Amino acid sequence: MGELTSLLPSVPVADNLLAARELMAFTLGFHIILACVGVALPAMMLIAEFKGRRNDDEVALDLAKRWSKAAAVLFAVGAVTGTVLSFEMGLLWPRFMERFGDVFGTGFAIEGIFFFTEAIFIAIYIYGWKRIEGWKHWWTGVPIFIAGIGGAFSVVAVNSWMNQPRGYELDAAGNPINVEPLGALFNPATAYEFPHMLLAAYMVVGFGLASVYAIGMLRNPAKRSDRRHRLGLLIPLTVACVLTPVQLFVGDTAARGVADHQPSKFAGFECIQETGPDQTEWIGGICTEDGVKYGIGIPGLDSFLVGFSTDTVVTGLDQIPEDEQPPAKTLLHLAFDAMVGIGFALLALAAWLGFAWWRKRDIPKTKWFLRAVALSGIGAVIAMEAGWVVTEVGRQPWIVYEVMRTEDAVTSAGGLWFWFGGAILLYATLGTVAVFALRRIARRQEAGGDIDRGGPYAPPPEAGTTTGAAR
Amino acid sequence: MSKADAVAAILVAGATLYAVFGGADFGAGVWELLALRSRDRALRERIERRVMLSLGPVWEANHVWLIFTLVVLWTGFPEAFAAIMETLYLPLALAALGIVLRGSGFAFGHTFTAAGAQRANAVFAVSSLITPFFLGCVVGAIAAGEVEAGGTGSPFGWVGPLPIVIGVLFVSSCAYVASVFLLDDCRRAGEDDLEAYFLKRSIAAAVLAGALAAAGLIVLRSDARAIFDGLFDEGLPFVIASALLGLLTLGGLVRGWSRALRPLAIGAVVAVVAGWAVAQYPYLLPETLTVDQGAGDDATLTALIVVFVLALAIVGPALVLLFRLAQRQALD
Ligand code: HDD
Ligand code: HEM
Ligand code: HEM
Repeated sequence: MGELTSLLPSVPVADNLLAARELMAFTLGFHIILACVGVALPAMMLIAEFKGRRNDDEVALDLAKRWSKAAAVLFAVGAVTGTVLSFEMGLLWPRFMERFGDVFGTGFAIEGIFFFTEAIFIAIYIYGWKRIEGWKHWWTGVPIFIAGIGGAFSVVAVNSWMNQPRGYELDAAGNPINVEPLGALFNPATAYEFPHMLLAAYMVVGFGLASVYAIGMLRNPAKRSDRRHRLGLLIPLTVACVLTPVQLFVGDTAARGVADHQPSKFAGFECIQETGPDQTEWIGGICTEDGVKYGIGIPGLDSFLVGFSTDTVVTGLDQIPEDEQPPAKTLLHLAFDAMVGIGFALLALAAWLGFAWWRKRDIPKTKWFLRAVALSGIGAVIAMEAGWVVTEVGRQPWIVYEVMRTEDAVTSAGGLWFWFGGAILLYATLGTVAVFALRRIARRQEAGGDIDRGGPYAPPPEAGTTTGAAR
Repeated sequence: MSKADAVAAILVAGATLYAVFGGADFGAGVWELLALRSRDRALRERIERRVMLSLGPVWEANHVWLIFTLVVLWTGFPEAFAAIMETLYLPLALAALGIVLRGSGFAFGHTFTAAGAQRANAVFAVSSLITPFFLGCVVGAIAAGEVEAGGTGSPFGWVGPLPIVIGVLFVSSCAYVASVFLLDDCRRAGEDDLEAYFLKRSIAAAVLAGALAAAGLIVLRSDARAIFDGLFDEGLPFVIASALLGLLTLGGLVRGWSRALRPLAIGAVVAVVAGWAVAQYPYLLPETLTVDQGAGDDATLTALIVVFVLALAIVGPALVLLFRLAQRQALD
């Protein structure tokens, strides 16, 4: 096979590293959106079904049913893109898996239990709409909700471990010994990463689902007084708005955690050049070796946020060896600002809704409110993706913070740019078709079609109609 | 039995469950693919519907066994996982591609109607060939010793007689298990003509899988002598069991048994996987890495065993509930 091997372009490590990182980032960035749906949409279905069953509210029950149909399609795409990630862990980062797989792997093993639970009960829940009666049906949805939270915990704990590796010792050759699986899972970063991600998932789905209804109401004024649209907007929006202030509090804690545990990341996204007290908090701008240019600076605020006093000394990049600093500091800085900025914008939206509800028990009447809601969904997604850029790019050049460099983890296999191109094509198609599928479901429902019909996990429609012309 | 052996056994159990249940799902896709060629459109639609009915509720749960197996492999035996992934990246990436196409094809086939559904179903059907074939290549290449500890083997080592034969064997045994399952579902639902359709095909698939298994043995003898010897030494009881169960299923098919077919077919697959595992033992990667050498940290192995017991306790009853519901649906 020697001749065949020589046909493959031989790849210098640096080239492979970039391709592997881009591929990982792209596929993860795609999966995480579907993962949010898997984590948070079940709660929305359960709330709607609860309301429906308690008040004999057909409209609410109907919403729960509709959402479960959309969930089915998105879960399927989530499952396949997640499987790709499991392969990629080994295909792209074999040296990392080989050295540390047994330290952090327990998290993924536990996640397996949650995946099973999720896959089994989503099928039972959807399948059960016509076959399981009353509250019993509602209860079959509860395990999906729990599995979403548990699944998020186990994966994110692994990521936290990459940021704050604990639960092992290194022997003379640099290999881990005396592993404590629980110590690895409950590392200091888990304490803020897990709640932050969980809340992000609820915000992405809450604002996202509400924005679908807001867009519908903007396009068609008749829908603005339609009860189903109002409820479809209100349930997810309320959940998201209630959680937003909590998220900002958790994010603030995360920032202080990073300042403590990962000074190079913190100095990177805040663009702090020189160690010292009285650090300025910069909003926007670009990061240069002389600090932030073209940004808005608030003197002393950065130190204050880290230690509640302007005297707090914050580590700057001058303390971090050149080859241990994160790359792309302007990108990091702007990604962080985007996340925080969007967080505050969403807080303002929450305050608007809260105020209107307090005064009038109704959503604000103006079109501007619907416009804001329509934008909130995409905003939450951008905030979440930006947060991951801060976390992952900020951790560089380490795959395991201060223990293993990413370049030492990457595979020697060839053709990664080719795989990357293929992944973009494949996922673009997948995403497009998924959007079409969702619109198809929505349109069929608008047209008064039977919402019990079809969809993955569910019984298929009557014989002869699957490929026939009947809609 | 050491802890490492216990975790290796868990790995084999996960792989077996995937081979049976995931395999049956793939096999159903293979039958859909073969039916695509049929001119009888009504028949084709009925087969598609039958596959949807039988797979609808269970397909994702069946798929999770693969995830479970992968995770246990990388956590319990990180070195072996890394070496396999780094060496056999081509067939593995293609298997993953098949999984993406297949899962999404299935989901979209359920969502769209008319031409959209047809296209999605075709993707589902074609990709049902890809994943089992390339996973078979991976297993064959490992057996042939193409994966060396450290991941230094050739990336094209899987292009050889043994991996290819095992790949084809995987596809045919998926089709075989699927046809037995589908046949049983048709019988319960009283679809007599479809039952007869799958009966004929079960017999053909059983004969084909048996022939390929025999051919596999011949290639095994020349390309993976250690495993061949193991099969006829420690593995012998399993080899005999699988041959007997295979013959019994075949006989049962011909004689029109009903209830016994499903367990017999499952038993035959279980016996093959178990025999293989015993024959390859103590090697994870013949002959450069043993189970003991490749095992991860002791505490991690304990954790994996605990997780497995928990999984059985939590997931087991839920899976039974789901399969019961799915069976009831087969009556719809
Ligand atoms: C709706 C999404 C969202 C919103 C509004 C915010 N975040 Fe965030 N943030 C995330 C979604 C997110 C995330 C995508 O979920 C991350 C990535 C990793 C993680 O644990 O959460 C994240 C990471 C992340 C990190 C890096 C953690 C690490 O590297 O371990 C910091 C320092 C912050 N966030 C801080 C904040 C602050 C100060 C916010 C507002 C005041 C804020 N986030 C709002
Ligand atoms: C448990 C969760 C996660 C794990 C185990 C994980 C693991 C990894 C690994 C192994 C890499 C490659 C090494 C590196 O460049 O550092 C990586 C890179 C990356 N991941 Fe994550 N990741 C996780 C979550 C996420 C999520 C959800 C996103 C979402 C967008 C993400 C975004 C990225 C990005 C942007 C990179 C590339 C970093 C760069 O370009 O330097 N990660 N991650
Ligand atoms: C390296 C990182 C990751 C890997 C290897 C991974 C792996 C997987 C796999 C294999 C599946 C499919 C399971 C099935 O068959 O049902 C999946 C789905 C899922 N993942 Fe990920 N994942 C990663 C990152 C994340 C992150 C960061 C989160 C969450 C916060 C997450 C949450 C989920 C959820 C909730 C599902 C199930 C929902 C659905 O099917 O849509 N994953 N993931």
